[in-house]
Amino acid sequence: MPYLLVLEEALNGIELGIMLFLMAAGLTLIFGIMNLINLAHGSFYMVGAYVSAATFAKTGSFFLALAAGVAAGAVVGVFTEIVVFRTLYRRDHLDQVLATFGLVLFFNEAVRILWGPTALYATVPRFLSGQVDILPGAPYPAYRLAIIVVGLLVAGLLYGLVAKTRIGMLIRAGASNRVMVGALGVNVRLLYTLLFATGAALAALAGLMAGPIFTVDSGMGDSVMIQAFVVIVIGGIGSIRGAFVAALLVGFVGTMGRAFLSPLLATVMAPSAADNAGPTLASMAIYFLMATVLFFRPQGLFPPQAR
Amino acid sequence: MRKTFIAVLSAAFLLTAPALAATKVRIGFITTLSGPAGVIGKHMKDAANLALKDLGGKMAGLPAEIIYGDDQMRPDVGRQLAEEMLERDKVNFVTGVIWSNVLLAIRQPVLSSGTILISANAGPHELAGKLCAPNFFSASWQNDETPEAMGEYMTSRKITDVYLMAPNYAAGKDMLAGFKRYFKGKIAAEVYTKFGQSDYQTEITEIRAAKPHAVFVFYPGGMGIQFMKQYAQSGLRGKIPLYSVFTADETTLPAVGAAAAGNYEAGFWNWDLNYPANKKFVSEFRKTYHYRPSFYAAQSYDAINLINSAVKAVKGNLEDRKGMIAALDKANFASVRGPFRYDVNHFPIENFYLFKIVKAADGAYVRKTVKVIFHNHKDAYYKECHMTK
Repeated sequence: MPYLLVLEEALNGIELGIMLFLMAAGLTLIFGIMNLINLAHGSFYMVGAYVSAATFAKTGSFFLALAAGVAAGAVVGVFTEIVVFRTLYRRDHLDQVLATFGLVLFFNEAVRILWGPTALYATVPRFLSGQVDILPGAPYPAYRLAIIVVGLLVAGLLYGLVAKTRIGMLIRAGASNRVMVGALGVNVRLLYTLLFATGAALAALAGLMAGPIFTVDSGMGDSVMIQAFVVIVIGGIGSIRGAFVAALLVGFVGTMGRAFLSPLLATVMAPSAADNAGPTLASMAIYFLMATVLFFRPQGLFPPQAR
Repeated sequence: MRKTFIAVLSAAFLLTAPALAATKVRIGFITTLSGPAGVIGKHMKDAANLALKDLGGKMAGLPAEIIYGDDQMRPDVGRQLAEEMLERDKVNFVTGVIWSNVLLAIRQPVLSSGTILISANAGPHELAGKLCAPNFFSASWQNDETPEAMGEYMTSRKITDVYLMAPNYAAGKDMLAGFKRYFKGKIAAEVYTKFGQSDYQTEITEIRAAKPHAVFVFYPGGMGIQFMKQYAQSGLRGKIPLYSVFTADETTLPAVGAAAAGNYEAGFWNWDLNYPANKKFVSEFRKTYHYRPSFYAAQSYDAINLINSAVKAVKGNLEDRKGMIAALDKANFASVRGPFRYDVNHFPIENFYLFKIVKAADGAYVRKTVKVIFHNHKDAYYKECHMTK
């Protein structure tokens, strides 16, 4: 097995994991602390991608597009929190799933009305459009390396925020015991809104970074959401650290499965049968991972303590 | 006085109602208008509306109406739509249909009712072979033909060591099978990816490691947008040429842009084919809708004009189905692909071309016709069809 190939695929896995982490971080905070299942989290991802692509088309400035995308995500997040989610906190999970699924349909149709059914053009900024030799003879797209760097930075910032600041302390306290935090006189409503804005902005950041790689079209957030849920379930709901480890794990297992399962199977069965079974099994790999983790640790890998 | 008036009025209604049904051409148009593939449906609907507008809304003097239905990419929904169109709307024709599985699902109810079914896209091999029927026609192509053309071209250029990729579903396998029917060179690998996959970096890394001389893919819709962009970002575009079918077209190129430049595509129609009907269609379409028509639009435009040719041949007598089928078989209309004739299985015998993706004068990326690959190509299944000319 060529080691270079394995190394490159490992990097691909990390990159995918980082993208998933940005989605899962907001989702796990919202789910863990507010006890709210938000299927519409993928819509913030889509809003970020759309606004950023549209801004880039208008201005040609990458940094303006970045700022506009993140800001749009936060604004839309706060707006939906105030209008929709505040009435949902006290309802049970089924109501939340139904209402937020309705939001998904609403947002998918809204972008279609605003920007039309054709996918938008989103491109890599010129200074990131080349390739970088990570090792001699192993060029890697510079843009994907940039995603890894941004993701690690955000992870570091979030860790600092949650572990070192007063707001972070409240967030952690909220994840452990929400009622007690409220009883201690913390403005829980404001905390929730802030948290929601952060989560939505992170999703928008993931979406706008994904734009130049994937398709910017209506419903682009829906498939990512499924994987993000897998991540937060594996990581332990409400845990940023868990989301980070689980996202990397899911990205890694998914990528390795796609890359090496077919050739591996071909050593024990007919190549044509392996060609059929490989992709099918590979797409199931992350769910196997989830089932295994849940079997041994039903609370996930890093559950917040003392709930 | 009043009673008589009501009596006369209701009598008038009773009389006009059935008469109305017979003096209007009703066309059921099944396509996908929602979801990620909604853009294809938009191209088809806009083109069909344009064709009807060009005909003055009339066929052989009868007012014509197109009833659209959204199949949501689902065979069960498509079948339900077809049944509604047959029973409630009493359509004379059913057309549209993007997906092969939807076409196979609506085939039975539509054809057994005697209604004429005209595919404006899907061309599953079953309908070209064993399941061919007198009242089924294709206004497009049989699925295998376009990849066959690409296989033929690459063989003729002595390109060998080709890396094949497609999504892991029925049409993906058909496309690669069609390619291999005419491609005689060495195949480096045959890779199937998950249907609807969005990240291809893993597979692109493998392509780089395998160092093939060319890559051939079938990635329709969003999958194609993602694959072409990521292929360019990896730096492989320009090093290993990319050949594709149903991947780079006017529904995907606006989103891919420069990342598709230099890629090759094959197909039966292009905007730059030099036929008067085609020039008229392309310029009117762009003027009316402010975007470039795709081959999906061209097929839909042709389907409506094909229907018109049949209605005209029987002078608007929609009861004369035999006459209409005989007229359809002549393909006596100005097709935007140029003149063609029908094979015994009611699939067109038509040309296939090679296209290259280039930058147009207005900065958009378009398909430019390079050469004819197949003249009057027949599909691989017509011998299995029981019908004769």
